Parts: sequence; C-alpha cells; structure tokens
Amino acid sequence: MAEGSAVTREILDCRRLLCPMPVIRVQDKVAELHPGDELEAISTDPGALNDIPAWCRINGHQVLEAKERDGEYIVRIRVGSEP
Amino acid sequence: MQRKAVALVSGGLDSMLAVKVIQEQGIHVEGINFFTGFCVEGHTHAIRKRDRKKPKRNNALWVAEQLGIKLHIIDIVEEYKEVVFNPKYGYGAHLNPCLDCKIFMVKKAKEWMEAHGFDFIITGEVVGQRPKSQRKDTLPVVQRDSGIGDLLLRPLCAKNLPPTLPEREGWVDRERLYDFSGRSRKPQMALARKFSIEDYAQPAGGCCFLTDEQYSVKLADLWRARGGKQYEMDDIMLLKVGRHIRPAPHFKLIVSREEGEGRFLQGYRGRYPSLKTVSHAGPLALIDGEVSEEELALAARIVARYSQGKNAPEVELEYRDTEGNTRTLKVPPLPPHELNPEWML
Repeated sequence: MAEGSAVTREILDCRRLLCPMPVIRVQDKVAELHPGDELEAISTDPGALNDIPAWCRINGHQVLEAKERDGEYIVRIRVGSEP
Repeated sequence: MQRKAVALVSGGLDSMLAVKVIQEQGIHVEGINFFTGFCVEGHTHAIRKRDRKKPKRNNALWVAEQLGIKLHIIDIVEEYKEVVFNPKYGYGAHLNPCLDCKIFMVKKAKEWMEAHGFDFIITGEVVGQRPKSQRKDTLPVVQRDSGIGDLLLRPLCAKNLPPTLPEREGWVDRERLYDFSGRSRKPQMALARKFSIEDYAQPAGGCCFLTDEQYSVKLADLWRARGGKQYEMDDIMLLKVGRHIRPAPHFKLIVSREEGEGRFLQGYRGRYPSLKTVSHAGPLALIDGEVSEEELALAARIVARYSQGKNAPEVELEYRDTEGNTRTLKVPPLPPHELNPEWML
C-alpha cells in the first residue's frame, strides 16, 4: 500500500444471518476491499466468532479483534495482501 | 508447471482425504463449498440452546485449515431452488435430489475452475457409496450432465474408473490413487490413520436437511399450503425450528420448544402474527396464514397447552400482529385428547 493512501474502514451488518452466511458476506465484502483495509462484521450468530476468524486464517487475512458485545458478536479484520 | 485442482469440500472425511491424496502429488489445491440453505452445518447450533455447548465450528472451514488450503464458500441458495423443485433424476427417499444436486455442484465448480484458471476438479466420491449419485451407473452421469467430462477426478476410487485427463496427461500418478468401493468406511479410516488425521466430522444421515424425513414432510406441507413448489430462505430456516402444527389447510403454528428457539422466532414477529403466554411461562408461536377469531382462539388454546399452565383452567396470552399491536386472550388450554395427531407435521 502506498504511503499516505487512505485505509478504508467498513462495517458489515450480518445480524440475524446464520452461519455460514456471515462468512459468505465477509468473503464477498473483502473481495471488494484492498490490502490493509479494515472490516468490522457484526453478527448475532455466535458461530461467527469461530467461523469468520477461521476463514481469515486460511485466506491470509488478519483478525484484529473477535469479541462479544451486548449479545452481538464483533469480528474486526484487516485485509491481507494475498490475491 | 504446477497444476491446480479445485476440490468440492463438504467438511466430511472423504473430501478431506481426496484433497490430501492430490496434495501429496504436488498439486495446488483450493476448496469450494456450496451453501444451498439446506446445509445442516451451522444453523441449528445457533438456534437451539441445548446445542450451544457443542463446539460451533464449521467443518468445511475446519477441514480447509487442517489441510492448509483456501476455501471459497459460494451462496447458491437462489439457483439451487430449480434443483429442489424439478430434479431431472427425481428425489431420493425424501425430498433429496442427490444426483441432480451433485451434477449442479460439479457444474458450478467447473464455472469457478474456468474463471480462476484451475485445471481440474476433485471430489471425495467413492463408487458404490451412498447416496445414489455415487453408484457405478450414476458417476458417469455426473460427468456428462455437468459438462466436466474427464476433468473430474475421484482420487479415492479412481482405479475403479476409466483414467481421466489428469491421469492420462501425467499431472497425477494413477498408481498413487485408490480403489475404494462400497459402503464400508474401513478403507477411509485406514487412510486417515496413514495421514495422521485423527479428528474428523462424522455426519449422521448426511449433511443436508432434505435427506431428513421430518424436514421433508414439513417442506411438502409448505408447498401444499402455498399451492406450489416455492420457498424463501426464511421459510426453509423456519422449517428447522419448533413444532409445526397445522390445524387447518390455510394456517399453521410454529411453536418454540425451548428458549433458544423462542428467541430465534422473536426475530420473525414483524413478518408473522404471534402468540406468547403471559400468565405462565411458555412458548412463543408464529401464525403462518390468515385466521378467523375462532381459529385464533384455537391457536391460543394449542399454544397454552405447551405452557406451564397446561393444567390450569385458563391461560392468558398476548396476541401481536405484524405491526406490533397487541391484545390479550384468555383461553382454557387444549386438552391432549383434542390435539389431533394429524395436525402435527
């Protein structure tokens, strides 16, 4: 990423979706983003707390945070550099 | 030049082994997993409270991580409807269109393979194993109807089948493929041991709700009530939840069986009118269909019958329409002998 270029930070609403739909939404969104961009996925299915990080690990994206907040499950990721 | 294969990864042992066998031959493998909406994986874990203690891993993702391969999960919910509604080769024991399903998935994988510059497809199919898409006479049908031809390699039973292009061209060594056949799981378990794979999912009765008798009964009922084969994502998810009770052809109740289901059904109160017991602890029920006052009273009596007030002379319930307007109903719970077993789906 070129120095000084803006990092996109997006929020993805995956509430009420059941796994694997949150993973599919994250996967499709990441395809539109660039390396270094950040994405925060908010889900209500607790499975997302395992599945989104697993998807990130195998596809080369960094998990910055995965936590429960007020009954919702937040996974924050940074898009990796692999194609 | 390193060849690339795309593997259909279900999350079970067979596709895991197929990938491993091909990886061992120096082929770059990536996985593809299709979400039809009927996948057993995931959904019910999220809904039912009693399932929450179990690990909530997605087996396809887990398998990919163990194998060190990328996994692409593809949403085919909309396109898959045609497979469910009009399977060319018909249904299995229930509403499972297994052969058409496999043809469709291989066809989609072929599109993906071509779009991403991969060379061939691998699956964990074993000749003679269930379901009927893996019979000796149906394996070639999958190749023909999907259009993949001999770019489909089944590493676990390849030696029982004519050599495919990857074998003839020497991309893979046929001698290092396998000749499994039949329903025995022993060869797969032995190969798993050879690869030091100790943990793997053993789905009971398949990975698809359409192979489930109870589920198929509820889906067939939905089609009868709607006057034709149709469904939306919400419909097929709701068929996995609660007791489904149809007291009349034009309406049914979806009654939660426990707290987790109740919470899940709450999310649908903007789409369906609902009933909830208030004088006693009890379930939340959605009403699917138009009901008269008399039918609403019957619905309330049925719901009351599943509350802790089932033996009380009267139970109070809150009726809520889709706009959120509420009113109170007081009814005697329906005695067990008046609950017609034919209403239960």
